[in-house]
Amino acid sequence: MSEERHPLDHLLRADRLPHIWCPGCGIGIAMRCLVLALEELRIPLDRTVVVSGIGCSARVAGYVRLDGFHTTHGRAIPFATGLKLANPDLTVIVFSGDGDLAAIGGNHLIHAARRNVDLTVICVNNFIYGMTGGQSGPTTPLAARSTTTPYGNFEPPFNLPALVAASGAVYVARWTVFHVRRLITALQEAITKRGFSFVEILSPCPTGYLRRNKLGDALDMMRVFKTQSEIRHGAPPAEVGIELGKKLILGKFVDLERPTYHERMRKQLAAFFIEPYVEKVSEEVEAEEVES
Amino acid sequence: MKRGPAVLTGVHFINGDVACAEGALAAGCRFFAGYPITPATEIAERMAERLPEVGGTFIQMEDEIASISAVLGASWAGVKAMTATSGPGFSLMMENLGFGYMTETPCVIVNVQRGGPSTGLPTLVGQGDMMQARWGSHGDYETIALAPSSAQEMFDLTIAAFNLSEKYRLPVLIMSDAVIGHITERVIIPPEEEIPIVNRKRFTGPRETYLPYLPEDDLVPPMVAAGEGYRVYITGLTHDERGYPSTSPDAQERLVRRLAEKVRRNARDIIRLEERGMEDADVVLVAYGISARVAYRAMELARAAGRRVGWLRLITVWPFPEERLRELAARVRAFIVPELNLGQIAREVERCAAGRALTIPVLRPGGAVHDPREILAAIEEASHV
Amino acid sequence: MSVEPTVHTPSRAVRRPRGRVFLLTERCKGCRFCVEFCPRHVLAMSDRFNSKGYHVPAVIAEELCTDCKMCELLCPEFAIYVVRLEEER
Ligand SMILES: Cc1ncc(C[n+]2csc(CCOP(=O)(O)OP(=O)(O)O)c2C)c(N)n1
Ligand code: SF4
Ligand code: SF4
Ligand code: SF4
Ligand SMILES: [Mg+2]
Repeated sequence: MSEERHPLDHLLRADRLPHIWCPGCGIGIAMRCLVLALEELRIPLDRTVVVSGIGCSARVAGYVRLDGFHTTHGRAIPFATGLKLANPDLTVIVFSGDGDLAAIGGNHLIHAARRNVDLTVICVNNFIYGMTGGQSGPTTPLAARSTTTPYGNFEPPFNLPALVAASGAVYVARWTVFHVRRLITALQEAITKRGFSFVEILSPCPTGYLRRNKLGDALDMMRVFKTQSEIRHGAPPAEVGIELGKKLILGKFVDLERPTYHERMRKQLAAFFIEPYVEKVSEEVEAEEVES
Repeated sequence: MKRGPAVLTGVHFINGDVACAEGALAAGCRFFAGYPITPATEIAERMAERLPEVGGTFIQMEDEIASISAVLGASWAGVKAMTATSGPGFSLMMENLGFGYMTETPCVIVNVQRGGPSTGLPTLVGQGDMMQARWGSHGDYETIALAPSSAQEMFDLTIAAFNLSEKYRLPVLIMSDAVIGHITERVIIPPEEEIPIVNRKRFTGPRETYLPYLPEDDLVPPMVAAGEGYRVYITGLTHDERGYPSTSPDAQERLVRRLAEKVRRNARDIIRLEERGMEDADVVLVAYGISARVAYRAMELARAAGRRVGWLRLITVWPFPEERLRELAARVRAFIVPELNLGQIAREVERCAAGRALTIPVLRPGGAVHDPREILAAIEEASHV
Repeated sequence: MSVEPTVHTPSRAVRRPRGRVFLLTERCKGCRFCVEFCPRHVLAMSDRFNSKGYHVPAVIAEELCTDCKMCELLCPEFAIYVVRLEEER
């Protein structure tokens, strides 16, 4: 049976499909989970923006039918910071790859988390630099082969949830592209969370990672995600590092309250300015103002 | 404290960096992202103090790459935005500057130049980034760069830079220098209503018909902001009128040519020069920034000694005023180009002179401005060839 | 959309959702996720290829489909979706 359109096409730039991703690449699933999460959230999509850097994962900004900014390698987060600060009414989502966000953009990642800017950062971790043909990156597991670690990787990878949690993220979760329903829920929580939220999505890169590591094809990786994962909500982020051949720890690791960048800014400035900050500050701040 | 005025109309005694910040505010700048660096820091400090007063946003980023990225993001949120730096930070900004040209994002980048290369002379003057301003980001593009020669011009040209960036939709560079950034002089800020303000062309038509990169007759496409419902896709990849990536040589040809042509074709509108003594000149001093002030003194000394010397100050350095230089080359004997680098703008002058007039560079690699007598010596030399 | 159910389950007491599967074969890249992870084995790889040369799946037992949408959710290509049919009695 065949139909012209898919029910999600209205949320996609369907005129650009089929997309560029390889057969079995998980990025398409991650993108579907994002658009489904947005559709169900019923937030104003005209004010929802997707910002990405460079890489296979970063192409998402050009396939979703939202305002999409495909910026430079590693710079999605500071670009998104500029958007959000200049127009706080926007819902700003960063969608990019592990190399983009944690290597070249790693400094921006930790600083945005520290500031607790109200952004949602979605990181597709495929353990590799996919777009450039399978080089090692900051998430490549120890001993893994890549074109730039032909004898096996001997640099320990980042544990991304631990990195962003230590930097100040208020929401941190990890899922795989097999765990679609839980991933959709996590994305909704992350997007509605005030402050810096981070969702790591483990995803197969058959072309750049699996083949070279004799890990089978994308389907085999999906089976690993299905059978070798352990869901441990609230697990201490320091304990969720990924090692080849070990269980993948998934779940929601961090969900806490901390004043956002804007909340702190308004509170700080309210002490100095009557306008224009007062009308925007929270009641809590106003109450303090009256007392002092 | 109440909300302060954006335009501090009146007579002030302030330094060039502070004047630059005030110019930005007067031009409507409401977003600044930056990273401290001598001799540009005072611009950030002034913006940190002033932007909250006018309801704008200041943020100190983690580096200059983040700063320019945030500025580009803010511009796409519909807000006029600026960053300021010096050589090392300017180097870090180059890739994203190119993203600004490619995506046609209005914004202003100030470079208060110090002696380079590398960390060079953090506190001392230089003009060694002039060619970096022209060619620093990879690929072919045209830029607009203005070179202020006084604290007053730090104010005036910052407004001009915003207006040009909004009109032609590109990052505009202010290539200042350490002396002009730190010189404290009288700066007159006019009444708000006397300051001409240009805002980017906005598209307000139906969503279905909007093509983000469809240019109008001036080769500039009207812009929208994120959040207005147009659902634009903006990429640094070569793109077509829809903004969609394209790998066709034809799309590359059309886009890259247009980005260059929108500046070249409008060069007359963009280029500003100041001239003295051109009527009878047979030798012309060509200079910009602080060097133009020193050159002016040299012209006065030379004229007092009976030399027929003209003075041409480049207010707009890029696009280069080729037409005017060619005209002059046809009738003067020599150009003398004093600058605080090893011969960057002198090359451009020489290119335009094309052998019809002599080009005599008077060069210092930065650290101190010229002694007018060095320039005078070159005038003497030129008068005897 | 009203489509007549073709098979009846033996138990008349249980209501179970039914789905109809649509394939956009030109978008398919033959990853087999839908086939592998359909809990009811509604799909199988066919012997057909689309115009890009990808081996595409086919619906072999639509009557077993419970509209769980796992195939749709796991398809990286937006090439398969399921529409719920009227519930069977
Ligand atoms: C400044 C810069 N350096 C290098 C590149 C080349 N490059 C493009 S994508 C990429 C890596 C992307 O890896 P990742 O973020 O993990 O994305 P993936 O393709 O795996 O989804 C690199 C190094 C670039 N575009 N820009
Ligand atoms: S190279 Fe890897 S990440 Fe990139 S599209 Fe192919 S499978 Fe996906
Ligand atoms: S909806 Fe569920 S049961 Fe039906 S074909 Fe898809 S995966 Fe199988
Ligand atoms: S999941 Fe999608 S792309 Fe993969 S085989 Fe099924 S229909 Fe084709
Ligand atoms: Mg990757």
